[in-house]
Amino acid sequence: MDDILARHNVRVTGRPDGRPVMFAHGFGCDQNMWRFVAPAFEDEFRVVLFDQAGAGGADPAAYDPARHASLHGYAEDVVSICRALEARDVVFVGHSVSSMIGALAALAEPDRFARLVMVSPSPRYIDDEGYVGGFSATDIRELLDSLDSNYLGWSSAMAPMIMGNPERPELAGELTDSFCRTDPQIARRFAEVTFTSDNRADLPRVQTPTLVLQCAQDAIAPVSVGRYVAEAMPHASLVLLDATGHCPNLSAPEETVAAIAPFIRDGRLVG
Amino acid sequence: MNPQAASDAFYAALLDDDPEQLYERAPCGYLSTTPDGMVVKTNATFVDLTGYPREDLVGRRTFASLLTAGGRIYHETHYAPMLRMQGTVREVAFEIVRADGTRLPVLINAALEWDADGSPRVVRVAVFDATHRREYERELLRAKQRAEQSESRAQALARTLQSTLIPPSPPLVPGLDVSAAYRPAGDGREVGGDFYDIFQISAGHWVVALGDVCGKGVDAAVVTALVRHTIRALSVQQEQPSAVLRDLNDVLLAQGGDRFCTVVLVRLRRDGDAWSATMASGGHPLPLHVPAGCTVRPVGATGTLVGVLSQLRVQDSVLRLDPGDLLVMYTDGVTEGRRAAEFFGEERLHRSVVDHRDARLPADGILGDVLDFQQGSARDDIAVVAVRVPPLPATVHQQVREESPT
Repeated sequence: MDDILARHNVRVTGRPDGRPVMFAHGFGCDQNMWRFVAPAFEDEFRVVLFDQAGAGGADPAAYDPARHASLHGYAEDVVSICRALEARDVVFVGHSVSSMIGALAALAEPDRFARLVMVSPSPRYIDDEGYVGGFSATDIRELLDSLDSNYLGWSSAMAPMIMGNPERPELAGELTDSFCRTDPQIARRFAEVTFTSDNRADLPRVQTPTLVLQCAQDAIAPVSVGRYVAEAMPHASLVLLDATGHCPNLSAPEETVAAIAPFIRDGRLVG
Repeated sequence: MNPQAASDAFYAALLDDDPEQLYERAPCGYLSTTPDGMVVKTNATFVDLTGYPREDLVGRRTFASLLTAGGRIYHETHYAPMLRMQGTVREVAFEIVRADGTRLPVLINAALEWDADGSPRVVRVAVFDATHRREYERELLRAKQRAEQSESRAQALARTLQSTLIPPSPPLVPGLDVSAAYRPAGDGREVGGDFYDIFQISAGHWVVALGDVCGKGVDAAVVTALVRHTIRALSVQQEQPSAVLRDLNDVLLAQGGDRFCTVVLVRLRRDGDAWSATMASGGHPLPLHVPAGCTVRPVGATGTLVGVLSQLRVQDSVLRLDPGDLLVMYTDGVTEGRRAAEFFGEERLHRSVVDHRDARLPADGILGDVLDFQQGSARDDIAVVAVRVPPLPATVHQQVREESPT
């Protein structure tokens, strides 16, 4: 069981007897995305960070093209990590696509998750009849092209340095330069899974109390999408942040912490 | 003006170059933006590259809003986090949508500057026109994809070709236990030169051929196919293995090319509970005979390589295989199997043959020993065929004894 913790480069900090707060990064980078946010919870909570299969310091063997061909595979990973940590009453904080991964995990094991926090979520990125996701199918193909041209800079020599280094701290200096770099094949597949998924039908079934954090001017998940998510879920509330962009965890960590903390402490909303 | 004066004037002019002009007319586009991307300053080169009037950019557009939709996602998921985390971003490829709607492929370097209190202050972006480079990179990418496809087709072809040179499984021969094992060299991407064949002439009359065509790959495979089918055709007409090999020699020489081979040919005839084996070797390692309860001994006479000289020196040897006897044919991939500087060699092979003489599939056992010795990876093709006359069941012996007095 401990294997899965190594495979996903799981790091546990904070109070061992505290309520577990699990931070999940989205498509693009790795657990470093929470670097400015997670430490704020260490005094009070048991803080769990991990790398999604195929990302950051996760063991290349953790990625299975068949299982990770849908977000359900990623949700299984989340549940397995929680089980291995014997974590119950978990607060799951997911950024971007990991918001939906959290929703699927909560549907799979509702008793294990006490609260969900969705940072910049979107249940579907591509426009549909009566729904504005913000992108067309052509846009998503362009993204995949963009990934291809940017991974020309990827060389196979980098792979062993980036991947399979569960002992990251000593290498942190060297690795910050490459924390957003992933095996191009895997990045492409993760992008495809992320940006072609449709989880709108899952949202009404999630009974877990949920906080939706929405930034102004988010180029990936516009405000209307954040509202859609909060309205589609039976126990969700929306908090609009002043921060702009898609990554308030990086661009406005204090505001992000201030919105999350009261909600996971006692369900209060600040916004 | 003398050369010295000209040089002085040139350097003086350089020093006088207006910093404003250095910025405005730099050979790359410059943008300065707020930490969340709003353009606050730009140079004339960027305006020229993109066709946006300066007043449409400054205070109005974010850097991300100038990109394609796919680029905006990459910007949010990779570029912005990298910039925030490490302060610089190098060689990121984007496409900028120009004022007229056309696209400009660019390479971006960017640096984030912090205030004294550590909060982000300004982002400086250098924009390089990468139109031709991107076209070239796309060609590289397409060539890479084509190469990968062609590689997988070649591998499929090699596997298919190989499967036509080796019987999928040894035939069931009444009164004879036949086992055969084959392992191509390395990862099996290339067609090897080893082959074997086991076929019937008539009831109780079979031929085993095993050989090694020099070289590898498609050229060798063509010769291997020719050798295998020629042996089949000739064996129907010619009784003596030596005669078959002589005719095969003529066929190979007539065909031209410089491929030769080694072949061992064994003709097996059933004779009650025993078999009679007539064999000839054209430059091939001799078959190993293991009579029941005895040691291993090579049988026959090694002739000359097939397909080199017009006169082939080969001779037939006749051997009786009694119940319990084993006859093993193999290619040199067995004895030349290597671990560091050490060969598997004949002594190990003889031991391996004895170890597996009573196994259900002796050929597989011998191949396993050679692979174990080489720690799993075969440097050369390995082919082994073993034929065994089934021992008489103990009950039959008893019956014979009981019956003999009468």
